[in-house]
Amino acid sequence: MKILVPVKRVIDYNVKIRVAADGSGVETANVKMSMNPFDEIAVEEAVRLREAGVASEVVLVSCGVAGCVDTLRTGMALGADRALHVSSDAELQPLAVARLLKAVVGREQPHLVICGKQAIDDDANQTGQMLAALLGWGQAAFASRVQIGDNRASVTREIDGGLETVSVALPAVITTDLRLNEPRFASLPNIMKAKKKPLDTVTPDELGVDVTPRLKTLKVAEPPKRAAGVKLASVAELVAKLRDEAKVLR
Amino acid sequence: MSILVIAEHDNAGLRPATLNTLTAAAKIGGPVTVLVAGSECAGAAAAAAALPGVARVLSADAPHLAHPTAEDMAAVALIAAAGHSHVLAPSGSFGKNFMPRVAATLDVAQVSDIVEVVSADTFVRPIYAGNALATVQSADAVKVITVRATAFDPVTASGGNAPVEALQAPPPSPLSAFVSQELSTSPRPELGNARVVVTGGRALGSAEAYRSVLEPLADKLGAAMGASRAAVDAGYAPNDFQVGQTGKIVAPDLYVAIGVSGAIQHLAGMKDSKVIVAINKDADAPIFQVADYGLVGDLFELVPQLVEALG
Repeated sequence: MKILVPVKRVIDYNVKIRVAADGSGVETANVKMSMNPFDEIAVEEAVRLREAGVASEVVLVSCGVAGCVDTLRTGMALGADRALHVSSDAELQPLAVARLLKAVVGREQPHLVICGKQAIDDDANQTGQMLAALLGWGQAAFASRVQIGDNRASVTREIDGGLETVSVALPAVITTDLRLNEPRFASLPNIMKAKKKPLDTVTPDELGVDVTPRLKTLKVAEPPKRAAGVKLASVAELVAKLRDEAKVLR
Repeated sequence: MSILVIAEHDNAGLRPATLNTLTAAAKIGGPVTVLVAGSECAGAAAAAAALPGVARVLSADAPHLAHPTAEDMAAVALIAAAGHSHVLAPSGSFGKNFMPRVAATLDVAQVSDIVEVVSADTFVRPIYAGNALATVQSADAVKVITVRATAFDPVTASGGNAPVEALQAPPPSPLSAFVSQELSTSPRPELGNARVVVTGGRALGSAEAYRSVLEPLADKLGAAMGASRAAVDAGYAPNDFQVGQTGKIVAPDLYVAIGVSGAIQHLAGMKDSKVIVAINKDADAPIFQVADYGLVGDLFELVPQLVEALG
């Protein structure tokens, strides 16, 4: 079984982002970039399935600027076998990425796609579900446990009230939630090995996909700042403030 | 312009987020149809018909929609969506699951998690865990939108009298099937719409302490209980308690953060609360930068004192 894992290059989750002064977006110059954390979980899950003998090959794909190659190398250092870079300097929105991935699925014919449930930059939470719809495949979103059977996968999903288990026919798209696994760290020898693993490049044109954005970003602004309050000396003072100043106690 | 709102419900009645979504629909303007897709969902359909501003309710009542899969929910939503300019659903795990399928099938973008309606085609949504707000304009013929419930007031639950029409649901998809669910049962209010939330972090140190320290305070305040990601990952609290960028977004009147450091991913889920109280032994913890009232000290001493002081 071949598993395709889409990965996104995003601003590292530890970076405190800054909104650009002209309101066009957020500052990305000289900012640390990393693999989207949910995608790292997806890579880990796919590699574990290969290590368990369930999968035979793990192929990564990343859509975007030249820097995505670094993200793909990171994923190969975690154990993926090879990678495909869909190279584009255009703004790629979730629907465009889903359409690119559909074309890649057509070429690669994977039996399973595992992707992160959302990217921590646009927080859209769309691409995996869109890809499943475009392919006419089943989906299991927000997975915290995955068991692959012969023709179906049993997936436990994190939902608002607790957990839900679904059975989904393969091929399918699974999107990862935080509790699915804890990704490993890449060892130095594996980082070196990853540099020699195969990495191909295609363009959206070669895949026959129009990636024109559907949403126009008119402006990006800072959210209203919340002023820091006061530190109090005692529980009694806190209760008095809650009762008389904030008036939130009933 | 006409709007389809897809109700989140438990068959007997509507989930509160549906009422907030209707407020967002009213801000867009135009007649509102509500789709209630479920099994033996007449109660939820009647509740939708009683909401002010609802012109029509479509009830898709079929056994396989008791626990709808994304595939089945998208299929019925696409039928109901015909002729509408906007399709809205609350942005919980229910809406997030199937709405992108609706958008992709219609070949339109989805606008996720809106917090403000600027006009019928322009919306504000948080990005980067709420550290920036993007104003986006959609040129697509149909706007598929998920709504962050905490950003909109709920409509009142009565005053309307809309007709309920039956909608034939398509047969179940062979692609996926519901197997089972484990729902947290709690006598406490639901985390997403509680007036008071008490949240515990890693400093509690154990699942036992999470419960023994926090529950008396939650009981006293009539609060829902939440947890930071660190506390959930450590097994102190179940996953559906998680507040943050990738967990639940809450905006209660009072949010009490206990032993929570305040990572930006956590702040993303609670910084719109009206009043924030933080109790933490680290005076430099980032949670104090958003807290209205802070107490620096040992939570194992301060929380029991607080329970007592609340009488």
